[in-house]
Amino acid sequence: MNLRSAIQFGLAALALTAFAFGAAPSIAADTPDPVADAKAFQKYFTDRFPKLKLEDFVNGPYSMNEDMHRQWEEKEQFPPYDFGLDLGKELFSKPFKNGKSYADCFANGGIGIRQNYPYFDEKEGKVVTLELALNRCREANGEAPISYLKDDMAALTAYMAFTSRGKPFDIKIPADPRALEAYDNGKRYFYTRRGQLNFSCASCHVQNPGERIRAEILAPALGILNAMPIYRSEWGGMGTISRRFTTCNSQIRGVPLEPQSDEYRDLEYYLSYVSNGLPISGPGARP
Amino acid sequence: MRKVVRASILSLSSALLISGATAAFAASSETDFKAAYAAAEAANKEAGSLRNQWTTTAATLADAKKAADKGDFDAGTASAKEAEALAKASIYQATSEKDAWKALEIH
Repeated sequence: MNLRSAIQFGLAALALTAFAFGAAPSIAADTPDPVADAKAFQKYFTDRFPKLKLEDFVNGPYSMNEDMHRQWEEKEQFPPYDFGLDLGKELFSKPFKNGKSYADCFANGGIGIRQNYPYFDEKEGKVVTLELALNRCREANGEAPISYLKDDMAALTAYMAFTSRGKPFDIKIPADPRALEAYDNGKRYFYTRRGQLNFSCASCHVQNPGERIRAEILAPALGILNAMPIYRSEWGGMGTISRRFTTCNSQIRGVPLEPQSDEYRDLEYYLSYVSNGLPISGPGARP
Repeated sequence: MRKVVRASILSLSSALLISGATAAFAASSETDFKAAYAAAEAANKEAGSLRNQWTTTAATLADAKKAADKGDFDAGTASAKEAEALAKASIYQATSEKDAWKALEIH
């Protein structure tokens, strides 16, 4: 390569680089960047609550002040979710009519895998949550699906979460544009105001964690799903992620969508992804 | 004669007053209710297609039907109109939030 062609080559490379950098911001503005989102999301909460360790956020309102934390410590001595947990263990190991069981439907026999749900199923092109996978397991084995909201579903997910306690959320977004779209749809749902009260999920769980809404202290969105399912004193029983989403919608006077609708599945995907790295703590107890 | 004219004027005034009042209160016939209810239902259906119905719209629609079933078309029509306004507000919310949600996003 002589000097002249070297200069030409150099100028062409420089022009290409300048073009690439010039074009980048407009592409970046429209293209979801889950890694940057999760980083900014976690930073927002750790900046707002500098005394808390990252893993403390999974305790929801109980992480927000010392009084609440003391309540949580006492509650954990005789946790109200224990009955659900026992029932879940029993249901999980009870064989279906065809002799198979839930363990046959999941990796590692369903033990210690909660942190991998929801995942994006590239075959189906959609997000699959743990609750959905449990009902699909039932149906594949000739059993009727169960309610997504409470009772047996809450008990089963409680047991599966319990066997996964301490394992960090590890939600993956595969290199599939549909996965990125699902993530982005979930993000949009999270921030979109709805219902007559004109609230988004973020209105309570990003803008006002630690503040009171009537008698309750609002949980931070970071780590909010790590503790699911939960025993809520307000419900007088256990509830699943589906129950949490549908009741949030009706509390703001919005008509809830059907449990495990695409929107809720995508929302769970987004919320779980931005809590990657935080430990599974479910089942949990909440006021 | 003067008495007769006065009486006629009085009667006319009364008749006008009564007819005016009747016109104001009789706006809600069964037909009016049906039209108001159909408009509210259509707006709520549109909100449903945007996946953004409000519980208050459904409750107000139910109130409208309950009143009409009792034959109270005034109350039924009033509730139906309120339900339509709520449904339209939910449509406006869904439409404006298509971009407005970004204002809440953490960066």
